[in-house]
Amino acid sequence: MDPMAVAGDVLVAAVGIATPLALAATGEVLAERSGVVNLGIEGAMLFGALGGAIGATVAGSATGLGVGILAGVLVAALFAAVAIGAGADQIITGTAVTLASVGLTGTIYRQFYGPAGVGLSLPTLSPIPIPFLADLPLIGDALFAQPVTTYLMYILVPLVWYLLFRTRPGLAVRAVGEDPTAARAAGVSVRLTRAWAVLAGGALAGLAGATLVLAQVGTFTERMTAGRGFIAIAIVVLGRWNPVGAGLAALLFGLATALQFALQAAGLDVPYQFFLMLPYLLTLFALAGAVGRGQAPAALGKSEG
Amino acid sequence: MRSNLRALGIGAAALLIGLFLLAVGLELAGYDAGAALAALWDGAFGSWRAFTGATLVRAVPLILIGLGFALALRGGALNIGAEGQFYAGAIAAAWVGVHAGGWPAWVALPAVALAGLAAGALWMLLPVILKLRFGVLEVITTLLLNFVAEALVSFMVQGPMQEPSGIYPQSAPIVEAARLPFLFGSRLHAGFVVALLVALALAWVFARTWWGFRLRALGEGPRAAEVSGRVRAGRMLAVALLWSGALAGLAGAFEVSGVSYALYQNLSPGYGFTAIGVALLARLRPSAIVLTGVVFAALEAGAGAMQRDAGIPAVAVYVVEGVVILVLLLGDAAARRQASRRAVPVVDGSP
Repeated sequence: MDPMAVAGDVLVAAVGIATPLALAATGEVLAERSGVVNLGIEGAMLFGALGGAIGATVAGSATGLGVGILAGVLVAALFAAVAIGAGADQIITGTAVTLASVGLTGTIYRQFYGPAGVGLSLPTLSPIPIPFLADLPLIGDALFAQPVTTYLMYILVPLVWYLLFRTRPGLAVRAVGEDPTAARAAGVSVRLTRAWAVLAGGALAGLAGATLVLAQVGTFTERMTAGRGFIAIAIVVLGRWNPVGAGLAALLFGLATALQFALQAAGLDVPYQFFLMLPYLLTLFALAGAVGRGQAPAALGKSEG
Repeated sequence: MRSNLRALGIGAAALLIGLFLLAVGLELAGYDAGAALAALWDGAFGSWRAFTGATLVRAVPLILIGLGFALALRGGALNIGAEGQFYAGAIAAAWVGVHAGGWPAWVALPAVALAGLAAGALWMLLPVILKLRFGVLEVITTLLLNFVAEALVSFMVQGPMQEPSGIYPQSAPIVEAARLPFLFGSRLHAGFVVALLVALALAWVFARTWWGFRLRALGEGPRAAEVSGRVRAGRMLAVALLWSGALAGLAGAFEVSGVSYALYQNLSPGYGFTAIGVALLARLRPSAIVLTGVVFAALEAGAGAMQRDAGIPAVAVYVVEGVVILVLLLGDAAARRQASRRAVPVVDGSP
């Protein structure tokens, strides 16, 4: 097989895999910069996926993306009510929200698509090649002939970066995450700021879930996010709480996942399960190198009583 | 004592709210909620057979993993990778159990259990090192290793440990001597007794030992504990986390030597995550974990019956579990607010 063609395929797959992860991680960057760890984004993503599937079944892909975003916001609102509103432990709240989401999506899905819960097949969003750019060798197809959700990701990642680091609301978010007491003294509402950040994060997680269904898999299955929300949280750490860093880390994870296609094409006699492990192990060791330099928001994970 | 009763009351209320919401949801979705709850009850408590063979059998891993989760969290560490440690323990136990031919049971059984304990602790070693040496949060590392463990089981049952005919993705059966004996002539294996003993031991460690006291001090304020010089935070946390992993590994070993008799993929229906709810609902108290472990096991056992008899997806019980935890958190928050209102403010704090 032509090595250039294989490399091109790997890159196309890598960007596809990275897209939902980058979206969810960017949302989690927002939440964590405000001092909130939201493990519930796994649940928000799952609901986004279900919303995407239902919306697309009823009224097409664009509606699917919208319903997915809305579903993610609703899940984030539940998390925010308990973790921010009542000041409960964030990690435990997130775990509970994800648990409930697994149950609810599984039940609603069967309700919508029959007791067997099979047979749902949605047309996936087709790639839109961007003139000239898509013709670039090697990276053209990977970066510039992707479904609309990938282009949304290209826009949203820098947008969130700009919002966080170049605007007043962004400054408020970071202030609340670093030193809530000082932020409050400066007239910023800690809870309100955190709630907005978490809801925006939920919207992005919902979009990520819908992307998974509408741009990649083309169907919904029980627990289909399979831990991608949790991976997104690891990616946030890897990207040092910076949207652009998280985007790049997501790309790295996507590349490590997609690499198995190339290695299998190369006819290596390595069991495929080791390729399945690769991205997770790589993330583990990358974390060891990336963390420990004091980049985490100082008030991360601490509830406001 | 009064606080125990109060906690029991709040827990029961949370459970009832969870079940009530499930019933309302099922009615709205057009199911017969009465029939569903009846099936749930029957599957969990309907007969001695169901209670021992379905509920209590599922309680064993939930109690063991819940105890391990509580142990780590007492020291302030979150182990959400029990699923991975469970699988590590199951792999090691199955390997020993398959190769224990000719061993007497009094050698084979402890060997299987020890293999599970050791493998679970070993699976925790990397997160411990990454936390202490590099400051990587154990929440993330233990979680990432779940995926690695699942891939490893998949590799084992299709590779080096696959049964001799090479057709099915499972290991060969473990030898008779490595299978746990049953209790009261039911399908409940002796691992249940071990789980109870571990709960007793942990209750003693938490309440009566200097180590347990220091662990708690560490969990409640790592800085203070370390500055006071009496607690070597890193080392204590490492020990707590490794035992946490070991107990999850033991749960995996018991699942193999008491229930499945072979290594399979999907051996755990998510025990590692459900057990978090078990430990939290019990407020990390070992004796209460036994109780909540049985309650959540009953939900899981009943879920199967509910799906069979009333056509309701078994995952619906996760809604109950999630709601129970959320209600509990809200109850705690309300109690805290009440307490702070009652307290006399020492300093006029910010609003």
